[in-house]
Amino acid sequence: MSHIQKALTHGLTPWQTVGPFFHYALPWEGGNTLVGSDVSGEKIVLIGQVVDSDGAPIPDAMVEIWQADAGGYYHHPDDPRHAEIKDRDFIGFGRCPTDEEGFYRFETVRPGPVSGPGNSVQAPHIAIGLFGRGLLRRLVTRAYFPDSPLNEADPVLGLITPERVATVIASAEPPVDGIPVFRLDLRFQGDCETVFFDV
Amino acid sequence: MDVLPYTRQILSEPPSLYPAYTSTVSRSPRQPLVTIPQTLTEVTGPMAFGDRLFRPPVHDMTRQGKGEPLGERIIVSGRILDDRGRPVPSTVVEIWQCNAAGRYIHKKDQHDAPLDPNFTGQGRITTDEEGRYRFITIKPGAYPWRNHHNAWRPAHIHFSLLGRGFATRLITQMYFPGDPLIDIDPIACAVPPEARQRMVSRFDIDTTESGWALGYVYDIVLRGRNETPMENVK
Ligand SMILES: [Fe+3]
Repeated sequence: MSHIQKALTHGLTPWQTVGPFFHYALPWEGGNTLVGSDVSGEKIVLIGQVVDSDGAPIPDAMVEIWQADAGGYYHHPDDPRHAEIKDRDFIGFGRCPTDEEGFYRFETVRPGPVSGPGNSVQAPHIAIGLFGRGLLRRLVTRAYFPDSPLNEADPVLGLITPERVATVIASAEPPVDGIPVFRLDLRFQGDCETVFFDV
Repeated sequence: MDVLPYTRQILSEPPSLYPAYTSTVSRSPRQPLVTIPQTLTEVTGPMAFGDRLFRPPVHDMTRQGKGEPLGERIIVSGRILDDRGRPVPSTVVEIWQCNAAGRYIHKKDQHDAPLDPNFTGQGRITTDEEGRYRFITIKPGAYPWRNHHNAWRPAHIHFSLLGRGFATRLITQMYFPGDPLIDIDPIACAVPPEARQRMVSRFDIDTTESGWALGYVYDIVLRGRNETPMENVK
């Protein structure tokens, strides 16, 4: 029996909402700070507001991010370049509950480009998972950077209708203490509705 | 670079918009999801970082206060597997729940039921090499919510799993066998009946400890990855 014919023996456990009461269990002190003082690469801040379809901020959502380090390495054994990783202290995962105004905030580094399907190269991006009361399952999107020349040929951005691409490209905000700030709002709404991905 | 993708979660996933659960109406996308291939970004993910990621482990949730929490002590254990039945070792399992009276320690929980000073209702551990986990806790109560008239959540424990990659992330809820509230609960019912049953734990006399606590078994199945090309040879 080949692996293709081998039936899945176990049905997947379904998603359920994280609900409104996760705060004592899931977020942790420093969960939104991915960098220490000696991390290599360009430190950045990623912020954004989570807004419902009525335009109201969502204060009880949770955002997770996953990203490569400044060199484009994922801290994971399935990255074929895993053995070469120099920045062992940078994990690339963060978790942040939204505040009363619906904002999330991460301190991280600007990720490097990573390989994409075939011979393609993916522009620097941060994967985002959005959870909350009223979200029966996680919604997935990405934050790209407004100044990256690689965006043009990015294989994932190429799957989005051109009018909606802007919803996954963060905007450059005024730097704080010399650290660049990028903002990506997450919206369930009209013309500015964020593109969410089925992965 | 092409990667081996994880199974896509199709039939067992609830929709984002399920109007019987009223909060989904303003909190769901109007546009369809854009399907993308799983890339290196999605097949990698946070795994096995232990203490660096999370607060210290808590497996016995009845030992966090000065005294024993009130309610029915239970053991909740099981395995984290992938859809081919392979264990998911060293993965973080985080759980949270209300107390026996149906109240969360949370400033926004307005339910008029007593708090228990000896119970915070949160635990986290990593699975062993066979994907096993085990918690000691208190059976949570049902609680009312404002979704519709006379709305009550069935007793449940919230579970959060990371798995091996970004694509395997799962947050779910464990229910208890025989609970009549399950089939009238809009959150559970957003999942089709066959898959809904996968969220119901089973009572297990073998993990029940004599004179001490009932045992419930709850196995969780995460998206699995296609087998590697190496295993495909022969
Ligand atoms: Fe709950």
